[in-house]
Amino acid sequence: MTRIVAWAAVLLGCLYFLLPLAGMTEFSLKMRRGVYSFDAYVKVFEDPTFWATFGYSLTLAAATIVFGVLLVVPTAYWVRLKLPQARPVVEFITLLPLVIPAIVIVFGYIRLYNTSSFLPLTGSAFGTDILLTMGYATLALPYMYRAVDTGLRTIDVATLTEAAQSLGAGWFTILARIILPNVLVAVLSGAFLTLAIVIGEFTMAALLNRPAFGPFMQLLGANRAYEPPALAVIAFTITWVCMGLIQLVTRFSKHERAKA
Amino acid sequence: MAFLDLTNLEKTFGANRVVKDFNLGIDKGEFVSLLGPSGCGKTTVLRMVAGFETPTSGSIRIDGQDVTDQRTNQRAIGMMFQAYALFPNMTVADNVAFGLKVKGISRAEREARVAEMLRLIGLPDLATRFPFQLSGGQQQRVALARALAPRPRVLLLDEPLSALDAKVRVSLRNEIRVIQRELGITTIFVTHDQEEAMSISDRIVVMNGGIAEQAGAPFEIYNNPRTRFVAGFVGTLNMFTATVESQQDGLLTVAGQRVLLPKGPITARDGDTVTLALRPEAIRLGRAEGREVVMPATIDEVHFLGSVIRVRARVAGTVVALDTFNRPDQPPPPVGSAAEISFAASDVILLPE
Ligand SMILES: Nc1ncnc2c1ncn2[C@@H]1O[C@H](COP(=O)(O)OP(=O)(O)O)[C@@H](O)[C@H]1O
Ligand SMILES: [Mg+2]
Repeated sequence: MTRIVAWAAVLLGCLYFLLPLAGMTEFSLKMRRGVYSFDAYVKVFEDPTFWATFGYSLTLAAATIVFGVLLVVPTAYWVRLKLPQARPVVEFITLLPLVIPAIVIVFGYIRLYNTSSFLPLTGSAFGTDILLTMGYATLALPYMYRAVDTGLRTIDVATLTEAAQSLGAGWFTILARIILPNVLVAVLSGAFLTLAIVIGEFTMAALLNRPAFGPFMQLLGANRAYEPPALAVIAFTITWVCMGLIQLVTRFSKHERAKA
Repeated sequence: MAFLDLTNLEKTFGANRVVKDFNLGIDKGEFVSLLGPSGCGKTTVLRMVAGFETPTSGSIRIDGQDVTDQRTNQRAIGMMFQAYALFPNMTVADNVAFGLKVKGISRAEREARVAEMLRLIGLPDLATRFPFQLSGGQQQRVALARALAPRPRVLLLDEPLSALDAKVRVSLRNEIRVIQRELGITTIFVTHDQEEAMSISDRIVVMNGGIAEQAGAPFEIYNNPRTRFVAGFVGTLNMFTATVESQQDGLLTVAGQRVLLPKGPITARDGDTVTLALRPEAIRLGRAEGREVVMPATIDEVHFLGSVIRVRARVAGTVVALDTFNRPDQPPPPVGSAAEISFAASDVILLPE
């Protein structure tokens, strides 16, 4: 009896989640009257703006990941090694982006870095891109920090560091050759999460007026009927592929270990 | 001047004085053990030599060079930890090559040295394995090879065997000693296991509460312990309370038996109570030639260990442990039986108060 109830609950949950998706997918296939077709998808893929904005967001995602890794890995490492008592504080800081809306952050940026400020980043496209990358890195910080910190927990950071030091290594060598490779799986899952966030982000890119994928989706949604659901399906697929890759990477590394 | 010199080393953590006025000179190629109970400051001394801790005061010199203020990676030391210190992302060969790579040694030279080190530790076929594919003993051998590969000036080992099971522990400690002799590398070995320390060291420093209580060859430490702590910590001791009859002659009585110490005058006064101690192997079951002190005993326990039989007997109100060698024609006494024990006054260790 309880089993049936449990299964019914699972089924209901799936339906709640899947029905809108199915409806949207179905609608996106109905551009041609009377038959199902991929016309809406072809339209989307034929649109040069799609490729331009997608490429732009991908580039910024890559920059965000690089910046995030360079910021988070040494920080999380240092906190674990030298400042364990500061961990709650650092964790709190990394959680702030979940509490503070992106719109607040971006208005703060615009106020601080406008053309008449001490650092007029918004004055040029490249400057704004840097600002946007920083913003993305902030949004991804909770996920990136948690992923890396969990990865660091699986190794004996202090002993490995001391072993490397006794063999003559300096800080850079230790981070690059020992710490980073050992948390690579964690870094990768953080990276895929970052990618998913950046691809779908709207607020920051729109308010900083950069040609990112998020604003493009919004623009399309406001003006067309069939293409937006097609785009939504594409965006979903990208996110899910990212999630799948995280799973795969984690599974693969576990498998490697299990083979021993 | 010794090759490695520790002079007036002190270390305090907050209000806690962990190492107190520690002095030690180690000659080139010498194998010295720091022995003491957990928490006595052994690791702290070793970590100061390694450069992981900065001494509160005092100095460390290696080969005449003051390294007190040098960072670890400038000291050219090799270190082996308790366990889990191999780099998990690297193969055995890459682990051993790490120090060489950091030094900027060419690939060809590196490969030759790695092969040489793996042969030295007896694992020439495991070069491509990862640490998680090795047993604990193999991992520690690789850790030794890794520490030795860059030809360090000093080798530091912090209880490297304590995570291994008993059999591997014994074989690996002998292997470490053989390799150490072969390379002639100056070594400090930290352990809380007195048997381990005695079996492989040139010299032992017995530590207690941050102080070096006694330093000397294992034979010296075992037979002539200078403090009560050293006597009790190194080996097993049987203690008797004795009364000084004549300070001048070194004459004591133990439970009515006269014990005339051959070394003559002692420092206590007549009528004082002193503690004398005897190693298990100094006490014999029954009477024997040259063992002039004889005391009645009751057998409490008999442990047949093979070549040695360890007997616990009650003598003059205390339980003493004594060791006899197994002899096929002499079965061990039954438990509960009455017996006699004997010892020579020359084997008595008079413990300082
Ligand atoms: N980093 C540290 N901070 C505070 N106290 C420490 C630190 N390291 C060691 N101690 C203290 O110093 C004492 C000696 O420690 P240690 O040298 O590790 O002893 P051993 O290796 O002989 O067991 C212990 O009481 C320990 O608690
Ligand atoms: Mg210790």
